[in-house]
Amino acid sequence: MDIKFLRNVFLKALSLFIIFNLILMALPTSFKGDQLSIYNHLVPGRERFPFGETPRQAYNFSLYDVDAMFASHELDSPKSANIKRIFVMGDSSVWGTLLKPEETLTGQLNTLSLSCKDNSLYFYNLGYPTISVTKDLMLMQRSLAYQPDAVVWLTTLEAFPLDKQLASPLAANNQEILQPVIDYYGLPLTFEPQPNALLDKSLWGRRRAIADWIRLQLYGIMYAATGVDQIYPDYTPAAWDLEADQNYGQYKPPTLPKEEMLFQALPAAKDMLGNIPLILVNEPIMISTGQNSDLRYNYFYPRWAYDQYREILSEVSIENQIPLIDAWNWVDATSFTNSAIHMNAEAEQAFAERLSEQLLSRLCD
Amino acid sequence: MVISDLLILAGFALLLRLLSQGKNRSLLLLVASTLAIFWLQPATPIRFLDFWLPVLTLFVTVISWLVTTETTQKQDRRNWLSAGIVLIIVLFIASTRYLGLDEILTSSRPPNFIQVLFGLGFLSIFTILLKRFSRPTSSWLVGGMIFLLILFLILKVPQFSLWTSIGLRSLVEQSTTSASALDIRWLGFSYVAFRLIHTLRDRQGGKLADVSLADYLNYIIFFPSFSAGPIDRLPRFVKDLQKPVIFFSPELGDAFYRLTIGIFKKFALADTLSLIALNPQNAAQLQSTGWSWILVYAYAFQIYFDFAGYTDIAIGLGKLLGITLPENFNRPYLKSNLTQFWNNWHMTLTMWFRAYFFNPFTRTLRTRYRSMSVGWIVLITQISTMLLIGLWHGVTLNFVLWGMWHGLGMFVQNRFSDWMKPRQGGISERPRLQLALNVFNTLLTFHFVALGWIWFALPDAGLSMHVFARLFGLAG
Repeated sequence: MDIKFLRNVFLKALSLFIIFNLILMALPTSFKGDQLSIYNHLVPGRERFPFGETPRQAYNFSLYDVDAMFASHELDSPKSANIKRIFVMGDSSVWGTLLKPEETLTGQLNTLSLSCKDNSLYFYNLGYPTISVTKDLMLMQRSLAYQPDAVVWLTTLEAFPLDKQLASPLAANNQEILQPVIDYYGLPLTFEPQPNALLDKSLWGRRRAIADWIRLQLYGIMYAATGVDQIYPDYTPAAWDLEADQNYGQYKPPTLPKEEMLFQALPAAKDMLGNIPLILVNEPIMISTGQNSDLRYNYFYPRWAYDQYREILSEVSIENQIPLIDAWNWVDATSFTNSAIHMNAEAEQAFAERLSEQLLSRLCD
Repeated sequence: MVISDLLILAGFALLLRLLSQGKNRSLLLLVASTLAIFWLQPATPIRFLDFWLPVLTLFVTVISWLVTTETTQKQDRRNWLSAGIVLIIVLFIASTRYLGLDEILTSSRPPNFIQVLFGLGFLSIFTILLKRFSRPTSSWLVGGMIFLLILFLILKVPQFSLWTSIGLRSLVEQSTTSASALDIRWLGFSYVAFRLIHTLRDRQGGKLADVSLADYLNYIIFFPSFSAGPIDRLPRFVKDLQKPVIFFSPELGDAFYRLTIGIFKKFALADTLSLIALNPQNAAQLQSTGWSWILVYAYAFQIYFDFAGYTDIAIGLGKLLGITLPENFNRPYLKSNLTQFWNNWHMTLTMWFRAYFFNPFTRTLRTRYRSMSVGWIVLITQISTMLLIGLWHGVTLNFVLWGMWHGLGMFVQNRFSDWMKPRQGGISERPRLQLALNVFNTLLTFHFVALGWIWFALPDAGLSMHVFARLFGLAG
């Protein structure tokens, strides 16, 4: 082959690459519309968001592209007339760590085939396995495009400290989506300045997002072929005997500093949803009776901090007229798996049954 | 091999092309290939084995050269120079342990100098004795082939590999409890063995002239084709090696073209398809018939793009070095029968087996068993050839079944073609029917091959049967 021909091919390819990158850099990066996806078209939508660290085994992985995540979810399908969409938001306990999709809270609620005034209720799992109310707000805002009829938001103390908010990689990597939310609701959060913002908009800068999108589509085939979206390894049970430590992270007894907790997220969520009913659920935690359980409920929470959190949560929800279901002690301590907030399938079933009564009374009356 | 390794090799090859303008091309290439086989050798769980395996490759090559070469050629002083260069490189690599350069040219730290000197001394004495006493006579050449086959069996039969691993672990005072058949990862040995047997067999048949040690070593350990072929022939390789290389020539353009195509096939297509290709893990999890077919198709294309990509890369690197390696793939999935498929899939392997097993075996059957019908001869030779190709990949039941699958397939196709010959005339006169038949035959051949990969891709027959049942809607 002629070397000059190849040289010309190389130069033309380089020129096209540069032009293409310049165009991309000039275009807005945040895509607000429906994203191209094989999910819900060629393959079934996922019952929960993509998340995981072992993609080759679980056919699932963590990515930061919120649009791609939503496009891969089963909720990205046309809304049926007689089905009410109930979005269940929260952390890994909602997403269902160590649980199959049908064993999760939403899976169990859907098994109950609940209905309300001739409308069937279908519960969508919008949980995501990092604990941050800001991350939940971001997903809640994006979920509005899918016309929820109600939102059930499960949360816990660990989701409120200010320093946890942007620690979630999903939140930290979506400044463009989150910053307007932070600004609009005046949330006391600040993103780290991001260098090379212009380069990030180029094809080179977006290579990770593009590769993730391709992988997400390919793993859709594996999800369709196998139904697998998580691996279930042996795990170390949540700590039963606890340290004689009264501190909650950086906070020392006797007072939980409310100003260092993002309780502003609750009125923000209420405002964001407008007329869409919002039900807040203080999710069940493991209440250990092991060593030092007089000081702590579990590995996460000292008793004084968690008790104060429940009081504040109750006050804030009353102030903002958000119905609160305080389910903190609904589940037997022996029913937790690898964490003080992760339950086994049987406990999820019992929790779903008890919760469904409360939900129906609030949603249908 | 990752893409960065490949770019290093391409840069290295380009540098060699620049330096290979004069007389010393063969020696330069020898230095490069010797260094490359140490660099490419993956780490092994057995201590220092990743140093000794490339040494053994060089040793086996040198002794094969000795038994295939006449005394006059052996006494040429240039061969001493080549042997000396190889020895110096090995000693240099061993010395990286002391120079703070270990794990750059080798996967792990080389052994200490005493062990290296003792090992090389032992191998040198053996080599000198062989140089003194060996002759390219039939007995020596057959002995060489048997020696290679024994090595081959040790590497491919899991039980033998395990015993060898236990023995080697004991030798280097490592725990034998964690010994595994997978411990001995001798990079490139399969292809080295093919090339060596080709030289031994052709020498026995009087079809091979003497070559220098440098040329012989370059042929056997030529780094672009060292680990995954293609399997070249010595006379053709040496012809290219002796041609002058012009740095700026159309060959340079061809080289980059093949490299680009190969990188795209391997790293863009094959690696992407690997995410959805059939494998032992997902085979057990399959729930849907339709998607199971997609996984089988994905495997069929993954293995093609992976292997054809590596071949393109090898040919591209070869061209950078002025060597035109033979083609290995020619649109195999677009062929309309199984014989054509095998004539265009891993072509150099097929040709090797045809030259050194199928043709001689067929001749033997025809001359010794004159009363045997053609059908029986075809059945025996096709199945035995394909079984050997299967066993070359590994001595497991699934590779045997894969070989049987293709052997029986080729037998049926051969008999059917014979039956069709007198009827072919009528079809040829109807172009549309001919075209439709060609399309049907191509699809049929592709699906036969794709289904055959189920034996190849999975480790046990039960799992393969589960996938077959799923594909045809028979799984519960």
